[in-house]
Amino acid sequence: MRIQVAILGGGVGGTLIANRLRNLLHGDARHETNITVYDTHGIHTYQPGWLYVPFAEQDPQKLVRSEARLLHHGITLQSGDAGRVQRILPKEKQLLTADGVSHSYDYLVLASGSRNAPEEVPGFAEGADHFYSEEASLSLGEKMAHFTGGRIVTGVASVPYRCPPAPLEYTFMLEADLRDRGLREETEIHYVFPINRPFPIQSVSDFVAPLLEQRNVAVHTFFNVESIDPERKVVASIEGEELPYDLLVLAPPHKGQVVIMESGLGDRDGWIPTDRNTLRVKGYEEANLFAVGDATDLPVSKSGSAAHYQGHIVAETIAAEVQHRPLQHQYHGRVACFLETGHGQATFLWFDYDHPPKPPKPRRLWHLEKAALNTFYWQLIPPARV
Amino acid sequence: MASPVMITREIDARGSYCPGPLMELIRGLKSALEGEVIAVISSDPGSKTDIPLWVQKSGNELIEIESLDGGAARFIVRKHVRK
Repeated sequence: MRIQVAILGGGVGGTLIANRLRNLLHGDARHETNITVYDTHGIHTYQPGWLYVPFAEQDPQKLVRSEARLLHHGITLQSGDAGRVQRILPKEKQLLTADGVSHSYDYLVLASGSRNAPEEVPGFAEGADHFYSEEASLSLGEKMAHFTGGRIVTGVASVPYRCPPAPLEYTFMLEADLRDRGLREETEIHYVFPINRPFPIQSVSDFVAPLLEQRNVAVHTFFNVESIDPERKVVASIEGEELPYDLLVLAPPHKGQVVIMESGLGDRDGWIPTDRNTLRVKGYEEANLFAVGDATDLPVSKSGSAAHYQGHIVAETIAAEVQHRPLQHQYHGRVACFLETGHGQATFLWFDYDHPPKPPKPRRLWHLEKAALNTFYWQLIPPARV
Repeated sequence: MASPVMITREIDARGSYCPGPLMELIRGLKSALEGEVIAVISSDPGSKTDIPLWVQKSGNELIEIESLDGGAARFIVRKHVRK
């Protein structure tokens, strides 16, 4: 009997798992296993590239590829209504798609990602800009191009959000951009962050804080956005602080996908309770149900890097079970990412549950490595070569 | 010793460096209903100052800090009730 592996989502995690699993299956196991990726759009986007779009350093057209072309031969892609999963029935091991078809599976991986939820903060949609979608990053770029000075507030609207370094990177890049355009003297930059330092990791904060000070960026910590008044152009925090702005650039609130919430698999915000080591969905440990990446409630960053490392573990787990081999690996919280510090420099963060990050001083080398990853992502990550 | 309050949700943030235990607590409290109690387990020594400071500043209530094995601690926080 053929084994059906269903993967919900054609992002970093879903694509990598499909390809890696295909590579790990040999002989009869390969022939007897169907791998199907369900993705509504059938388009794969390299989301970290959106950070560069407002600065006209990245063409958004170059950040997208056809998902079908990224999947190895022998993997099925369902897109359009056939790829739009509307309900997951984990006890019955079935998926229902928008074309009215019911699909049975033996293994299901939820790699459904997260979504921007601007409605979670009153006034966000009308009053704030961001770079967490192609459309938003282009719109922000337009506003920046016409900006002639004033007060810019950057930071984070709510937690959790994708790619924790991105708002800080944007702030450094903005400061450098304004300087290059001769607008720095006419512009105040204010950076707001939910906790009592400018970045979650203490060691990163320790070198980032002086950089922000050197670049005359005012830092407002313990600032959790409660509401935005687009008429008055004021952003208010739950801690009671108010900041006026001319341009407000905040990471938007995020939530899990609707299908996860409607299938009863998520918490109140749609994040999937997931075992931090096995990556199996809690409560369904015997149901061959896994979750990776942004979709999970794991205490790691919502990032392509986390999805990448988790994806390898899930692919290896399923391959081991299908081929009746002992399981070798578990996820131990590994994440690796770059942090741009502006002026063509960056640092590198690498950590897991047991090893805190020890970021090196910002150097041009790390910036060039990040640029190389942005270029060679397509050849390296989705095909599961690394 | 068992906590005397009903914990609605517990977040195990041991080994969380990014986003970190305080961010996990903020996330949990944002989705909690007023009056609900959230617990976060942290192995980060900095949490012993960071978490009480934010809880006080945000107007929530720190009910208890329980020491756990391995140097970790459980922070039990009640979401504030707006008057």
